Amino acid sequence: MSEWWTYRLDDFLLFSPRVYWRLFEAQNAALWPLHLATTLAGLVLVLVILRWPGRAMLWTGLLLGPVWALVGWSFLLQRYAGINWAVAYAAPAFFVQALLLLAAALVPGGPLMGRLDAIANTGLGLALAGLLLYPALPFVTGRPLAGAEMFGIAPDPTVLVTIGLLLMARGRWLAVLLPIPLLWCLFSGLTLLAMGEAQAWPMLATSMLAAVLGALRLRRRAP
Amino acid sequence: MTLTRRSLMATAALGTAMLALPAGRVFGKTAPLARPIPSSGEQIPSIGLGSWITFNVGDDTALQAECTAVMAAFFAGGGRMIDSSPMYGSSQAVIGRGLATLGRPDTLFSAEKVWTSSGTNGPAQIEQTRRLWGVERFDLLQVHNLAGWEAHLDTLFAMKAAGRLRYVGITTSEGRRHDLVEQIMQRHPLDFVQLSYNPVDRDAEQRLLPLAAERGIAVIVNRPFQQGALTRRLDGEPLPQWAAEVGATSWAQLILKFILAEPAVTVVIPATTRVDHVRENLAAAGGALPDRDLRGRIAAHIGAL
Repeated sequence: MSEWWTYRLDDFLLFSPRVYWRLFEAQNAALWPLHLATTLAGLVLVLVILRWPGRAMLWTGLLLGPVWALVGWSFLLQRYAGINWAVAYAAPAFFVQALLLLAAALVPGGPLMGRLDAIANTGLGLALAGLLLYPALPFVTGRPLAGAEMFGIAPDPTVLVTIGLLLMARGRWLAVLLPIPLLWCLFSGLTLLAMGEAQAWPMLATSMLAAVLGALRLRRRAP
Repeated sequence: MTLTRRSLMATAALGTAMLALPAGRVFGKTAPLARPIPSSGEQIPSIGLGSWITFNVGDDTALQAECTAVMAAFFAGGGRMIDSSPMYGSSQAVIGRGLATLGRPDTLFSAEKVWTSSGTNGPAQIEQTRRLWGVERFDLLQVHNLAGWEAHLDTLFAMKAAGRLRYVGITTSEGRRHDLVEQIMQRHPLDFVQLSYNPVDRDAEQRLLPLAAERGIAVIVNRPFQQGALTRRLDGEPLPQWAAEVGATSWAQLILKFILAEPAVTVVIPATTRVDHVRENLAAAGGALPDRDLRGRIAAHIGAL
């Protein structure tokens, strides 16, 4: 692109905020009541990680892998790509992440869940925020509750929960499991910023947090 | 004549738009200002309809219906040129559905773009675009933002020579690459050039608008309201009393009248999702236009706000 420095962030926004937020209303209407199952499964997974960390990565991968594939297909390809052609190129990354999560769960030597240190506690907070607080954002923004973004249904809370759970794990696998969620946080955060939405900042902050904490985690040896 | 679901819907949509129009403005009784396309002499209404962002509504059927209503009001008010691009997400498909619902108005002037850096991919993209619109051929095809312009111009001029296209153009926006635009205008027999122009973005006055007049190139003005940023900025500001001198009742109309008062401008293509705004825009092309002094006042006043 020539004269790229003359472009503003909102020059890359192809759609109006109204159209974007209505995507979630359509997605929720199409998949209801799957939301209850995905949220409940996410909460149970957090409990499993806290109570039985030894086998937790297996269940983490087995839940998150299909969830990433579902969101990539049902939301990114079926809805979002219709108004944003760039998303058609991002969607395959969701399928790659689904495979990586399944591989991390099933291949010997995958990540391990263990002691709750400061990074893991931050991850726990992030996961719970993605599961419980993110869907409640319409109460703050004033948008229709029918458009609430929920884990396993919409990409942003799914990515936040994934990053949170991965920060509770240890091992070199994090180096391949974190980049795609981190990049999505950045992409979505910049999109929301171009739309003038304050919701951009949690996404952008999470991408920075994930990069820093992920790097710190990788510098420590797995137990 | 066979009544089909499509023809009934088209009649209903057009009828609704006509009923809501002010008396005397239906089907060109007070037709909007028209300007000639210099290369052919064909008259074209000077208010067109853009689709950037506004028509990119995906599969949302409620919003698609809104877009169709906008198109219905546009045609009912005498508008002809609708402009889009492969870059605009689902806009092309939404326009195609709207045209089908409205029974494919024969007054349509279809303005599209080719948008790919690869010259070899251009023809396939144009064909895909044509299918989305559901038209036999386009009236105007433009090289979007000069991407791959040399190869695409060869393609477009060949299509025009073969009778598969009526007019050829290039586009830029927000003042980008005016040097190259100027070179292409000087060296190629373009029918149209599309650029950004409004009371606060006036770079085109320096070279491109005089060159277009000199070379007989029609000018399409995009982003007259800076994608809505300009009208949002003016929202709440009182319209100056002297706006009444040219019959402007809103900032949008005053801006459009400022643009249309530039003789080199052929068509302005404001984009909107609202039927009342389409009518307001079309009405701007009726009545008096500001003279040189008033244009200066408009630019100075808006620039100071």
